[in-house]
Amino acid sequence: MDLSAILSILDATIRLSTPLLLACLAGLYSERAGIFDIGLEGKMLAAAFAAGAVAAITGSAWIGLAAGMSVSLATALLQGVAAITLRGNQLIAGVAINMLAAGLTTFLGQTWFSQGGRTPPLGEGGRFVPINLPFANEVAGVPIIGPIYYELISGHYILVYIAFLMVAVTAYVLYRTRFGLRLRAVGESPKAVDTAGISVVKLRYQAVIITGLLCGIAGAYFSIAQGSGFGNNMTAGKGYIALAALIFAKWKPVPAMFTCLLFGFLDALQIRLQSARLGGVEIPVQAIQALPYVLTVILLAGFIGKAVGPKAGGVAYTKER
Amino acid sequence: MSARRPIPRWADVALLPAINLLLALIVSGLVVLFVGENPFHAIQVIIYGAFGYGEGVGYTLYYATNFIFTGLAVAVAAHAGLFNIGGDGQAYVAGLGAIVVALALDQTHWLIAMPLAVIAAGAVGGFWAFVPGWLQAKRGSHVVITTIMFNFIAAALMVYMVNRVLKPASTMAPESETIDVAGRVPQLRQFFSFFGYSPVNLSIVIAIAALIGVYILIWHTKFGYAMRVLGQNPTASRYAGISNSRMIMITMTISGALAGMVAINEVMGVQNRLVLDFVAGAGFVGIAVALMGRNHPIGIALAAVLFGALYQGGQELQFVIPGITREMIVVIQALVILFTGAMEGLFRPALERAFMLFSPEQKADAIAASTAKTES
Repeated sequence: MDLSAILSILDATIRLSTPLLLACLAGLYSERAGIFDIGLEGKMLAAAFAAGAVAAITGSAWIGLAAGMSVSLATALLQGVAAITLRGNQLIAGVAINMLAAGLTTFLGQTWFSQGGRTPPLGEGGRFVPINLPFANEVAGVPIIGPIYYELISGHYILVYIAFLMVAVTAYVLYRTRFGLRLRAVGESPKAVDTAGISVVKLRYQAVIITGLLCGIAGAYFSIAQGSGFGNNMTAGKGYIALAALIFAKWKPVPAMFTCLLFGFLDALQIRLQSARLGGVEIPVQAIQALPYVLTVILLAGFIGKAVGPKAGGVAYTKER
Repeated sequence: MSARRPIPRWADVALLPAINLLLALIVSGLVVLFVGENPFHAIQVIIYGAFGYGEGVGYTLYYATNFIFTGLAVAVAAHAGLFNIGGDGQAYVAGLGAIVVALALDQTHWLIAMPLAVIAAGAVGGFWAFVPGWLQAKRGSHVVITTIMFNFIAAALMVYMVNRVLKPASTMAPESETIDVAGRVPQLRQFFSFFGYSPVNLSIVIAIAALIGVYILIWHTKFGYAMRVLGQNPTASRYAGISNSRMIMITMTISGALAGMVAINEVMGVQNRLVLDFVAGAGFVGIAVALMGRNHPIGIALAAVLFGALYQGGQELQFVIPGITREMIVVIQALVILFTGAMEGLFRPALERAFMLFSPEQKADAIAASTAKTES
């Protein structure tokens, strides 16, 4: 494998890990605040559909993005009402959200556009275009560094740069701000937060809102950046991989980035290779596809380190009367 | 506030699910209205499609067979306080057990092949749930997350098995060899022409047996008692001398084996071969069925028929009203899960208050409670 082949796999890795990273960071806010979110997939799917549909109608990628984020936010709030206000089962709420999104997007897509659930292909302006960073063309000729800058760092959609920027932002918010401290506290011991006179409900809603917005960007990435228009079940289980990545990263932002890059790399690898050979033994492509899930199970089982989630996760907070 | 009393049992098992179902139907009706179709006409089409003629009834029962199995799988786990989201994956890999036995014995008789296939499918499906159970019991990883992961691992595994192992070299389509007639589970239409060309088959007898078996297991055995104690209070069960980790592993295995019975219905009763993705989300329907059926076999049977009717009626719906695709059924199902499972708090408090006001012996309590509230 030469440099250009390696670069093209790594380039694909960045493209494929972007939605994972956005969804993973989205889940991080909810789960750190003590709300299990297995509905990342549904929120992304709903956002992908809304973004694709609105971008097709308005011809503007930015309006499409805003629509995707709004729909994802609304979905997140629905989940929030169930999990926070009504103190319902958070896991079941997530299952319902995923199913609702899968049903509604296909149903509305077919009814509105009559293209088998697809939204119309996007024209000029309806889709995000790759951004060429300054001097990318000029330095492309420089050996090694040139191609890396030109292929790998430059030439991505703006949402890709936003995703990686969000890692730094999340790390800062989580560890260096008062909000972040409270967010972490409410996931570990909501009672302590409540005793300190801070509203548990408000904090959790804030977390859910951020989750919704980030899932919205992740969803829009599928339909109006990576793809041109929405297709049936477009997110294809990526929300669950993001969830796995979140656990694998032990609910921390920077490890989340590396995990998403790893899972994205596995995805890029299985697309490129139909089968790989390792020491004369053929490794089927399905084994590479299953690897993120297998790794997460192994990690959860405590065979490689230990993943322990926020202590108050999954439990609705009831104020003492 | 604390003077609140639980609502009567009949309201809990019948009224509340009915209200939630009605709400789900109303919201779905609004969606139908929103896209410019008539929801009442849609309901009519669904009911006629599901129950109006023999073949429709047969299809309804065929879908219901799957949903009874997956509903029971979720319910059994729920009684022990476990949430098994992995029914889909467990049913899918169970197809391996079913197809291997069916292909090996399809020169004999279905009376030999079917019981052995039930054991094999149950064993494989059970194993696929046992591993997450074992991981929770012994390694402390949460069964919800592991069963989700196992769904995806199952999907990858099955694509490999079908394409690389089971597919005969002569065919292009990703499917196993066809089971010979002698090894197939007989269709009910062979005995009753009423069912037309519908695929409902003798697997429904296994489903009915499973309903009865689960009832006996949970309410009339020591094991079932231990399961329920574990589900209610794990600390209490530990102090009562019950081995929680053993209970978790066995319960998950039973749950997975029940989900695995879907493979008998689909592989040996309908498709007559192993095809990709034959479970088609039945494992997730099981969550809705168990929630609606309040984890009780009678409730599960009714809820399974209800969802079977929705699936069959929904199929009909898209022929009669092209504006409505069958995905509408998935929406209804999602709303049922949302309202009965996650938003129970929406109606329960109101119902509790209503019952307090309308029952004479509780009226005094209610008044006392409301005065206490205003005073404080």
